[in-house]
Amino acid sequence: MEPILKARNLVKRFGRVTALDGADFDLRPGEILSVIGDNGAGKSVMIKALSGALQVDSGEMMLEGTPFHFHSPIDARAAGIETVYQTLAMSPALSIADNMFMGRELRRPGIRGQWFRQLDRPAMEKFARDKLTELGLLTIQNINQAVETLSGGQRQGIAVARAAAFGSKVIILDEPTAALGVKESRRVLELIADVKSRGISIVLISHNMPHVFEISDRIHIHRLGKRLTVIKPGDYSMSDAVAFMTGAKHPDQEIAA
Amino acid sequence: MAETASKGQEFESVLADSATEVAEFEDERTGFVYRFQNVLHQNPAIVPLIVLVAAIVIFGLLLGSKFFSPFALTLILQQVQIVGIVAAAQSLVILTAGIDLSVGAIMVLSSVVMGQFTFRYGLPPSVAVVCGLLCGTLCGFINGWLVAKVKLPPFIVTLGMWQIVLATNFLYSANETIRSQDIAETAPLLQLFGTKFKVFGAVFTVGVIFMVVLVFALAYALKHTAWGRHVYAAGDDPEAAELSGVQVDKVLISVYVLSGLICAFAGWALIGRIGSVSPTSGQLANIESITAVVIGGISLFGGRGSILGAFFGALIVGVFTLGLRLLGADAQWTFLLIGVLIIAAVAVDQWIRKVSV
Repeated sequence: MEPILKARNLVKRFGRVTALDGADFDLRPGEILSVIGDNGAGKSVMIKALSGALQVDSGEMMLEGTPFHFHSPIDARAAGIETVYQTLAMSPALSIADNMFMGRELRRPGIRGQWFRQLDRPAMEKFARDKLTELGLLTIQNINQAVETLSGGQRQGIAVARAAAFGSKVIILDEPTAALGVKESRRVLELIADVKSRGISIVLISHNMPHVFEISDRIHIHRLGKRLTVIKPGDYSMSDAVAFMTGAKHPDQEIAA
Repeated sequence: MAETASKGQEFESVLADSATEVAEFEDERTGFVYRFQNVLHQNPAIVPLIVLVAAIVIFGLLLGSKFFSPFALTLILQQVQIVGIVAAAQSLVILTAGIDLSVGAIMVLSSVVMGQFTFRYGLPPSVAVVCGLLCGTLCGFINGWLVAKVKLPPFIVTLGMWQIVLATNFLYSANETIRSQDIAETAPLLQLFGTKFKVFGAVFTVGVIFMVVLVFALAYALKHTAWGRHVYAAGDDPEAAELSGVQVDKVLISVYVLSGLICAFAGWALIGRIGSVSPTSGQLANIESITAVVIGGISLFGGRGSILGAFFGALIVGVFTLGLRLLGADAQWTFLLIGVLIIAAVAVDQWIRKVSV
């Protein structure tokens, strides 16, 4: 099957530090691919390259077989790739609705929107409220409250809801459950499964092995700036995966079918 | 994939029974001070408004009808119009976590361009005014380009531009003032902003009306358009804004360009205010505009505050200046009190922010 998102031989250096050393990447249509690896293995850098947040020094990337070169996250979003960054990318002083629609605001119909470019606040607030309810983020009392008044977990929930609401082809989630409670983590996993059922492909970066093994179709193991192997969760145990990513064991096959 | 809900780990099985209603809390901190702090957090322009009203009431009580008359109160508006317009430009820049030290210089150069283009080259005044506005816009664009694209700190860029623009102003004008009578005779358009009209003893000028309309238009744009939200986001956390889809470079350039254009309008208003075109006028506009912005409660770290606050800040300075002068106090008392207000404004800003922690 032709991968929906594919990268070959990505190289990225920051001064004398090599973050990506010829990394390959394949995401198939409609699958959940987890990316695991030690801290500093280059997972986040690879994800940022795929989402346009940074530019690689060399290597090529393809979306649905067409080579692309994103100059900014806006390009990636326009192409249908949404990302939840580890830093969440929220403006603390702005409201939940403002943050969810940042860069793609809705305008009022008619003269107020066309001539006075007025935002359609009621529609944006209703949409944000619906998406948060879908995610079960019921502890948020006021959709107009500033993001800085929310807890870390609530902020993460909003970032995930934003990506799930707007992603059309690929959703990339960098540690989406790191700050979430048991119930909220479960909701995010359900949401990921739900998004997958809409035919959207998902890339999940996580250190939580039970979550990774539970929901992934395939697991991409990253080590020292490149792809070590891709395994299927049924073929290996969690301890095998940890052994691969830390270098304790070497995989005998390159890429799982 | 509904079965994922039933999968998962054993301890998650109790989640099925978890509560589903929206959380509600009795906030036991219902004291007046706490509620007041909360209101201030949502409407940061209220603090300067309270100070402004209090100052007007106090001076009104002390001075009676000498101060509390339509004439005196509208005189304050006339006296703050230049600083008020420039403070609107300054607010935009400071909301993006920048600062513009060149506002006064851009204003003066624009007014000199308007004057000299009319009198030296004999251009129609309307063309000269457009050239002056373009001059301010261009200066703003240079500031914005250096800040957004070359990534230089706004303080350094505008410190340099301040000197460059001011020197250009003196070199180009040859330090020559164009007299008020000459302007009134051949190019009254240049004095348009000084046109006065009276309503029941209150005296308004076109410049005053322009300032008020400008402040409200910008307040609307900042609150109710996508561009305004992007200005706040870019000032709050530029990296987060970039990742969430704001073109921070373009927003920054648009802000500095708009700031330059507003300063050019301030230059036009300056001709109306003083009558003549003088290359030595308006030297303190940068410091005065920053003072108005800070007293108005806009954070110098960007992303917080409202332009209405800066407008009230400019009015507070105007009320103190006129009130103390009518009381016969030494002008230094005005500066002393404004210094106290600046420090108090920042202290109040810190206190308000505690509500979010």
